[in-house]
Amino acid sequence: MKIRNPKELEKLRNKLLANKDPQKPCITICASSGCVALGSARLVDVLARELKERGLEKNIDVKETGCHGFCEGGPLLIIYPEEICYLRVSEKDIPNIVAKTVLNHEIIERLLYKDQVTGEIIVKQSEIPFFKKQERLIIGNNARIDPSSLEDYISTGGYSALAKVLSQMSPEEVIGEIKLSDLRGRGGGGFPTGVKWASTRNAEGEPKYVICNADEGDPGAYMDRSVLEGNPHSVLEGMIIGAYAIGSNAGYIYLRDEYPLAVTRFTLAIEKARETGLLGKNILGSGFSFDVTISRGGGAFVCGESSALFASIEGRSGEPRAKYVHATDKGLFDKPTNLNNVETWANVPLIINKGAEWYQTIGTKKSKGTKIFSLVGKINNTGLVEVPMGISLREIIFDIGGGIPKGRKFKAVQTGGPSGGCIPEQFLDKPVDFDELVELGSMMGSGGMIIMDDRTCMVDVARYFLMFLEEESCGKCTPCREGILQMREILDRITQGLGEESDLETLEQMSQAIMDGSLCALGATAPNPVLSTIRFFRDEYEAHIRDKRCPAGSCKDLISYSINQATCTGCGACLKACGTNAITGEKKKPHSIDPEKCIKCGACIETCKFNAVEVS
Amino acid sequence: MADTVTVTINERKITAPAGSTILDAAHDANIHIPNLCSHEELAPYGACRLCMVEIGSREKTKLVASCIYEVADGLEVRTETPRVNNVRRFVIELLLARNPDAPVLRKIADELGVKDTRFKKRNKGCILCGQCVRTCREVVGVSAIGFKGRGVTRKVSTPFDESPVDCIACGSCSYICPVKVIPLKEQDGSREIWKTKFPLQKCKKCGRYFAPVKQLDYFRKITKLPKERFEVCLDCR
Repeated sequence: MKIRNPKELEKLRNKLLANKDPQKPCITICASSGCVALGSARLVDVLARELKERGLEKNIDVKETGCHGFCEGGPLLIIYPEEICYLRVSEKDIPNIVAKTVLNHEIIERLLYKDQVTGEIIVKQSEIPFFKKQERLIIGNNARIDPSSLEDYISTGGYSALAKVLSQMSPEEVIGEIKLSDLRGRGGGGFPTGVKWASTRNAEGEPKYVICNADEGDPGAYMDRSVLEGNPHSVLEGMIIGAYAIGSNAGYIYLRDEYPLAVTRFTLAIEKARETGLLGKNILGSGFSFDVTISRGGGAFVCGESSALFASIEGRSGEPRAKYVHATDKGLFDKPTNLNNVETWANVPLIINKGAEWYQTIGTKKSKGTKIFSLVGKINNTGLVEVPMGISLREIIFDIGGGIPKGRKFKAVQTGGPSGGCIPEQFLDKPVDFDELVELGSMMGSGGMIIMDDRTCMVDVARYFLMFLEEESCGKCTPCREGILQMREILDRITQGLGEESDLETLEQMSQAIMDGSLCALGATAPNPVLSTIRFFRDEYEAHIRDKRCPAGSCKDLISYSINQATCTGCGACLKACGTNAITGEKKKPHSIDPEKCIKCGACIETCKFNAVEVS
Repeated sequence: MADTVTVTINERKITAPAGSTILDAAHDANIHIPNLCSHEELAPYGACRLCMVEIGSREKTKLVASCIYEVADGLEVRTETPRVNNVRRFVIELLLARNPDAPVLRKIADELGVKDTRFKKRNKGCILCGQCVRTCREVVGVSAIGFKGRGVTRKVSTPFDESPVDCIACGSCSYICPVKVIPLKEQDGSREIWKTKFPLQKCKKCGRYFAPVKQLDYFRKITKLPKERFEVCLDCR
């Protein structure tokens, strides 16, 4: 079926909406990577079979949706129209859910959200504290639509922005609108999107390329993945609008092959859009043509860097080249190229539909709109959150994220991925936006947030990020390839208690040389985790170097485990948890640890309910 | 576009052809900038980072690789600032850790006042300047060798570490290598390079072995000259 013009699109939308009964029960199950890993794909089959056996398959819709963000509670199952939200649903819960909730409107309390602090039980998803403070402009639709259904996307207003642009706006007007919105690149740099579009449009040379950077690779970050898996058409629509504004007929999405579900869903989205005339030749009868090719990346972190990404699409090895000439002038195949990140593209239809002035009302003075963050690490509500720019770190971590597990103390949050930095407690009330985070020695990055508690050693964190970058450096330029390795070896020594007084100065001096000397941003930002931890946690470095002590009790060469004989109840939990049989003791009598056998893995601490395991 | 531009290098006004790099412009003006991976026969690459210079006016400066950065009118360049020297000394120390004895590295280290490297010596030999790989691709035109691995595991290699299928045994890689770590040996009518023996052509006139058969075949193909021409050595031709 071809949609030949904007009118036909509107007609189709109205028809889809008219055929939809909002009161008809619908059960949605999250089918994003996180929930699928927890077994949600099986849930869909089991639910469909259960409904069929009871002859209910015609009365109740079952829908697979994208990521809701509340991954901690996955797999998520929601029953509409009541919006009953069941968490951590397993196959054996399905018959019960159908018999009790679907047929008898009886709520199964066990599967509902229970507040860890107040003990309050909440039925509706939107009333769970995790969702309450969010502003889910981009990922909100993930929960409502089936990512493999173009009709679903259209019925929620999809492609109306494209229709508007093609029928009512000139390319210059589109660029003007994006400029006015102050949208900034979500991939990390925060460059004004409208300015980039204008530069590419005005650059000399044909053809011009439009690229979506979907090479998300920061440890713990999966925002782009979830947008692509949950709402691929929103990204595609943004790209088509951008291509129209820039004057491009050819686009690429550089999508890592390690995201198979995103590849599948985006491929399907492209095919369906092509079939219906939303992509390809003469889009919606406007005379404008544009198509997108998927270029699958092999999973090298450095290929998220624009010039390495171009090299990879061109069929060469993914190595950066110097960017003294902008990609907007000479990018892919040396032609003018506009590269934006997944989330940036997904913001475009929203801005066109609701207007730049509306968009301007969200966020801070220089950072507009919302940002998706992935909250991981030592946090109660692991998941994806979308918040307005300017919200405080405290609100994200404590109100939305539910704070630190097991009542432990917050120590730092790492933002901006391996190029970012660690922000300590005293800045928790700072607003989160592009410029504030830079001021704190970190950066927005693509939106990873790793939360650390008092048992996280900051020297070890810096070491971890250097190890990551050491492996991911392409190896072309000397400072990045060899320098990161040398810095990491100094940190190795410090965590082993072999640090020297001069090490901190050496690290800072090496950092400067790597930042100044590296060929691309990977190297130029690589020392950031070290510099920011030295800046805010110098005492921790000094404790390792001077006192040969790890204050967090994490560096294995500097700690030993023991059991407090007064507080141990002899419950035996640690004894069972210990993988090396280092713990002995009789039931109901204090246990003890054999230091010879102990490998300091921390399994005993994790299981002890009485805080009897001590690290010194 | 004007044919020449005027730039300032170390407070000195210099006229240079438009489109030339800072390194070339400085070289023509007799201003020395240490460099390693650049070569006049090869396209600018910018990997070793020894040729870093500081550009811009006093308040807003940045470091760029002079072998890639093109001159422009009014550009201010400084080749010996504390930031520049910090990078260069660091880089030479890092390279010395890979190859502590190479005369070319020792010479640059001396220029920079670096006596030795403070880093653990790994004696890898190859400093990954890429001149061999680029010569093979850009000058010879066969791409018989390339880089494999990434980060510190990066190395110059033949495909799959096997006998190089496309190698013509011309020896350009070995010749250009600044630290001389690509062995080339000739013995009993064959040339050994990349762990592979390539037969040499015997001159039909003087009987001397003068060039690898594969190299002569390659030349014949690209020059389209008769086979006989490549059966005699240069001296006897």
